Amino acid sequence: MLAKELKAKLQDIVGAENVEDDNASLLAYSYDATARFQAMPDAMVAPRNKTEVAAIVKLCNDHRIPIIARGSGTNLCAGTTPASGGIVLTFKHMNRILEIDEENLTMTVEPGVFTKDIFDTAQEIGLFYPPDPGSMHISQIGGNISENSGGLRGLKYGVTRDYVLGLEVVLPNGEIIRTGGKLAKDVAGYDLTRLFVGSEGTLGVITEAILKLIPQPETKKTMLALYHNLDAAAETVSAIIANRIIPATLEFLDQATVKVVEDFAKIGLPTEAKAVLLIEQDGAPEVVERDAEKIVKLCKENHAFDVQIAKTDEQAEQLMTARRSALSALSRLKPTTILEDATVPRSQIPKMVKAITEIAEKYQVTICTFGHAGDGNLHPTCLTDARNTEEIALVEKAFAEIFEKAVALGGTITGEHGVGMMKLPYLHLKAGEAGIAAMQNIKKALDPNGIMNPGKMLAIAEKEKAGDLQ
Amino acid sequence: MNTAEKQRIQAAFKEKMDYDELMNCTRCGFCLPSCPTYIETGRDEVHSPRGRIALMKGLVDGVIEPSDEVKKSIDMCLGCRACETVCPSGVKFGRLLEQARDAIYQSNKQSLPEKMLRGTFFNHVFPFQNRMIGLTGLLGFYQRSGAQKLARSIGVMKLFPESMQAMEKVLPQVPKKKTMKNRPQHVQPLAKKKKKVAFFTGCLMDTIFMQTNDATIKLLQYAGCEIVIPKTQNCCGALHGHSGEVAKAKEMAKKNIVAFEEAQVDYIITNAGGCGAFLVEYDHLLRDDPEWKERAEAFCRKIKDITAVLVELNFHKQALSMPDQIVTYQDSCHLKNGQKTFMEPRQLLESIDNVTYVEMKDASRCCGSAGIYNIVQSEMSMQILDYKMVQAQQTKAKTIVTANPGCLLQMKLGIEREGLSDQMQAVHIVDFLLEAYENANGIVSSQKEAAAAGMK
Ligand SMILES: Cc1cc2nc3c(=O)[nH]c(=O)nc-3n(C[C@H](O)[C@H](O)[C@H](O)COP(=O)(O)OP(=O)(O)OC[C@H]3O[C@@H](n4cnc5c(N)ncnc54)[C@H](O)[C@@H]3O)c2cc1C
Ligand code: SF4
Ligand code: SF4
Repeated sequence: MLAKELKAKLQDIVGAENVEDDNASLLAYSYDATARFQAMPDAMVAPRNKTEVAAIVKLCNDHRIPIIARGSGTNLCAGTTPASGGIVLTFKHMNRILEIDEENLTMTVEPGVFTKDIFDTAQEIGLFYPPDPGSMHISQIGGNISENSGGLRGLKYGVTRDYVLGLEVVLPNGEIIRTGGKLAKDVAGYDLTRLFVGSEGTLGVITEAILKLIPQPETKKTMLALYHNLDAAAETVSAIIANRIIPATLEFLDQATVKVVEDFAKIGLPTEAKAVLLIEQDGAPEVVERDAEKIVKLCKENHAFDVQIAKTDEQAEQLMTARRSALSALSRLKPTTILEDATVPRSQIPKMVKAITEIAEKYQVTICTFGHAGDGNLHPTCLTDARNTEEIALVEKAFAEIFEKAVALGGTITGEHGVGMMKLPYLHLKAGEAGIAAMQNIKKALDPNGIMNPGKMLAIAEKEKAGDLQ
Repeated sequence: MNTAEKQRIQAAFKEKMDYDELMNCTRCGFCLPSCPTYIETGRDEVHSPRGRIALMKGLVDGVIEPSDEVKKSIDMCLGCRACETVCPSGVKFGRLLEQARDAIYQSNKQSLPEKMLRGTFFNHVFPFQNRMIGLTGLLGFYQRSGAQKLARSIGVMKLFPESMQAMEKVLPQVPKKKTMKNRPQHVQPLAKKKKKVAFFTGCLMDTIFMQTNDATIKLLQYAGCEIVIPKTQNCCGALHGHSGEVAKAKEMAKKNIVAFEEAQVDYIITNAGGCGAFLVEYDHLLRDDPEWKERAEAFCRKIKDITAVLVELNFHKQALSMPDQIVTYQDSCHLKNGQKTFMEPRQLLESIDNVTYVEMKDASRCCGSAGIYNIVQSEMSMQILDYKMVQAQQTKAKTIVTANPGCLLQMKLGIEREGLSDQMQAVHIVDFLLEAYENANGIVSSQKEAAAAGMK
């Protein structure tokens, strides 16, 4: 519970209507999209501008109150569960597109803008904002930047990081800084922009971002390749890249995933295939045509039993939308879906796919796999039931083994979903003890009181407190 | 909320909620952008589908206690089920909402006006066709006698919520009591017979909107249907089911199943999305009743909206024409999200000569009518309606077509509130189609004739 005088001070800053601490509000901000994590905050505060953000942060820093910046709460790493209580900051008022600069090809936005609106607004004027996480129609740019989210176009176009040119951040001491700018080049000092991208709300509050836009590709072609077994699909992924083709999208779905997605989307997906690749290439018409031909050939050489090409733009969009629903659709099968995003160098995809199958078998758990195969980012998703504690223990073991395998193959424990609380116990596998120590030092330097999203990403000894597991 | 009441509600949640269905929600947030109350509250998670499910689960788990704020969240839900259609996990939100309301209202004291509304309408008026006729008869008397003018001039209506005041102005002229009771029970087709159907008249439809029901029967005749109109049918029970009066709803469902079994038809036709969506879920409503489960399933398979059967019978390929105009369509939430019928109305409208169909932005977003929502949640309802009217005006339409009586009244209300009644009208799709058909085929308007007779 928030002390009375603190609540009054917060109300002074943002107005009474923007501070909520009734029990319904507290519960509504106690979770994100991560299964099995939930913890109650002490209040929800909705600042209207950066000055208010700075005042809130200062107040909280003085009183050592945790601040959890929250976008739409769709992260998959327990990144916004208020594990140590505190204040949830939402950006429902800070949701404007501030500027579109057609000369410098940039868009300046507040953190609460939905990703899809950025994409649509750019598209309207013939420009392109490529990062498209599956959750793009609901995720907010502040969340995307803080998780450095990827998406279906990561392979060719990169991830959110590659489109953030500058940031405005309120530091934990209440100071407001600006990093980067509308600049193609800038080496003045440390690259703080990159530091804040992917920092999961642990270093400050993002209040503005300058995003890079690029010209829209002229055309695109979307296709589905169908396989009788997983390995052949995985081999195709490696073959396409090895042949120097970089498709815009190269997604992998196993049979179970295709089946549930079809159950939801009802667009006639090939449920008979054991594995499916969803491939899209975009660019100049002649390039797209040439690449598509090559891709079809490579698919067939690698034992695709059928390759279907989308006939219209709508059909293509349907396929992409269907793919975006994969994770949630999987939960049709079992009450709880626990998803990971172990990532490996793309040449190792066949080995990783095989390892996942073996590990699932070893622990007798159901793991469906889909993901951004083209960039080595897989989403092994375990279907289980949070109430079955025995099975959950096995699931945890299986995932631990998957992480180890991924790192052994030169990969990482998370490609785009972030560490949060969920992968905190595994960070050492990738970063090493010295690496973690370096990160902890950065954290301490910027946030000595540990008020920014405590308990996430890094365990800082005195502040550590586990979330209420459900 | 006092402690005893809290305990009662919490116990009711534990008993009544389908926990597996609650667990089905992965909290992915995909439903948020489709929820009108989430949007209109400026993204308040408490008033989002994901938030509501979390609150329900929180109550069952004992993580939170019942409170006025929790209740407000459940009350403010429109029950439009837009969230259900977009949910990749297939969470049946409509059912969860029914269970939650059942849990709250079986054990909660309502505010006085709400209680009066619920009490009178639910238990005494809706279930009985003849009382419904009596009530609307009274309304008709009120309109015809000049009492309406009187009431307006002394401002009695100011005592009611704003939406009800305006609603009072847009209620259709009610036909005379005698005409309402005189409906044939068996009607022959006016074209080559293709199907035998039964017509579900609906309690509200068959009183205030009786003319639309007549038009529905006429259309079915033109389309080649033999029509049975079972006399023993009664209200579908939707208003009860959606508002926590499940026992009453079950009782009414059983009566209807019996009434329509006797008719032995291919389809049971509805012309009110709200009723239809509830009728197709009778199997779920009666799932725990072994004696009724199968009969309910057979009943559900036959339910079809009028627009769906018209398209099936190729009515859109017949000659249809109207005076030159732009037309737009407001989806009925329950027709779209409950019965998955949304292409057919558009297909029908697009096939009318001289009609330019313009899709309005967010046509499938709830209009804010939602049963008695516009009365008990007046403020939110009007906020939603304002948005809707902005979109409607963007299309420059002369006619807003709807497929459900609640939506129709709400659209009329919107037109009245915006002062647009001289340039815009709202009609039920059935009335519009009948006019288009008779117009194109040189038939004297059966509606105008009937209206004239009814008002004498
Ligand atoms: C079905 C589904 C599909 C998904 N698909 C993808 C995918 O393809 N690729 C992908 O990368 N991710 C995906 N995600 C994960 C998730 O959507 C992304 O991580 C997204 O960027 C989160 O955005 P959000 O607005 O919900 O942020 P939140 O979940 O609310 O927050 C995420 C993090 O950002 C921090 N944060 C938010 N706003 C600010 C701010 N203004 N300042 C500082 N910190 C802030 C929070 O503290 C938190 O640590 C998916 C999730 C779901 C449920
Ligand atoms: S879309 Fe479905 S699963 Fe996702 S939050 Fe909404 S109700 Fe839950
Ligand atoms: S039924 Fe409608 S108002 Fe209620 S939660 Fe779903 S989308 Fe929102």
